[in-house]
Amino acid sequence: MSTAPAKAAPVERKELHHPKDTMLREDRLPHIWCPTCGIGTAVSCFVEALRETNIPEEKVAVVSGIGCTGRVAGYVNLDSFHTTHGRAIPFATGLALAKPDMKVVVFSGDGDLVAIGGNHIINAARRNMNITVICINNFIYGMTGGQCASTTPQIAKTSTTPTGNTDYPFNVPYLMDACGATYIARWTVLHIRRLKKAMGEALNKKGFSFIEVIAPCATLYARRNRLGTGFDLMKFYHDNSEIQHGADTKMVDIGFQEKIICGKFVDIDKPTFLERYRGETNGGGK
Amino acid sequence: MKLWRTPLDAEKVRVPHGVVSVIIERCKGCSFCVEYCPRDVLIISRNFNKKGYHYPEVVSEGLCVDCNLCEDICPEFAIYSDPVENTPAPATKENT
Ligand code: SF4
Ligand code: SF4
Ligand code: SF4
Repeated sequence: MSTAPAKAAPVERKELHHPKDTMLREDRLPHIWCPTCGIGTAVSCFVEALRETNIPEEKVAVVSGIGCTGRVAGYVNLDSFHTTHGRAIPFATGLALAKPDMKVVVFSGDGDLVAIGGNHIINAARRNMNITVICINNFIYGMTGGQCASTTPQIAKTSTTPTGNTDYPFNVPYLMDACGATYIARWTVLHIRRLKKAMGEALNKKGFSFIEVIAPCATLYARRNRLGTGFDLMKFYHDNSEIQHGADTKMVDIGFQEKIICGKFVDIDKPTFLERYRGETNGGGK
Repeated sequence: MKLWRTPLDAEKVRVPHGVVSVIIERCKGCSFCVEYCPRDVLIISRNFNKKGYHYPEVVSEGLCVDCNLCEDICPEFAIYSDPVENTPAPATKENT
């Protein structure tokens, strides 16, 4: 190995343009997410999935709440809105009803969607609102300082549970299933190809489609629990995720550093809120 | 890849070939691309960018198969590959 000291990078000779730049607000990059955070990878999959669906960009809106994942709305080069904490779903509901020809996507975190906005998500799913929800689950409140979330696994340490969380966490796919979501899938950010495919399917789905994306939070979750960096968590996902399409959502809860069951769990068709409201159906069930 | 005989369609099959580019100043040195590139095209450089992150460097250019995995997994939108047209199959690890 050469003994030459490491040096700063040479000035880039030519201007490089990433193929995804047209879908992003390039002037905002590099983004604020920490090194080895998984949110960027999920956004990368999302813009690629969106491109593959051929939905015109002007027909897509992205709504986020507060939190690390909440910043997504500020980085995608689409109509987007960064709402208050937990209120992404009500905003998206209004948007989807006022503009029924638009594809409304909620891109937010577990703390924002399942805890603070928990009531909104269960009722939007119950009424089968025509929106796609992408929920990044990194098991913790990131931006606000690593507090325990309703998705934090038992015994995991957070800044508010320094000796380990004693509560049972939400099994989010099961919750969404019970509320009647029409499409439910879970992937980790390591499953880039499958995640992309699932995002495409969810975007093309009529009704309330939901994807839980397991992603590393390096700075708060991994560090506090001495799990290394996001890179180590990616390796953990590689060794510990199991694909079970159609699995019973009741069985897919996640324990601390335990097996993660991934796959497409639910894919059904039923009338959306607007269809029932307009009397386009007999208002009936599945 | 070692083959125990020459495949009958070896003449016709063209393995795609790509050229990978790194937008050095966007990289945060997570090394996802280095770890998951199926052809081990990349290593983490000894050099660093303006913010002090060690970015990836191409070590075996001819091996890139333009699979775009690095592009999709990079959380920073800092790496991508472009296809190269009409090139012969890239050299395998054994014969370089
Ligand atoms: S705090 Fe966690 S979730 Fe937030 S950007 Fe950093 S690694 Fe990602
Ligand atoms: S395109 Fe594929 S083979 Fe080429 S550098 Fe990226 S990951 Fe490696
Ligand atoms: S995946 Fe992206 S950010 Fe990570 S080391 Fe590679 S180029 Fe840098």
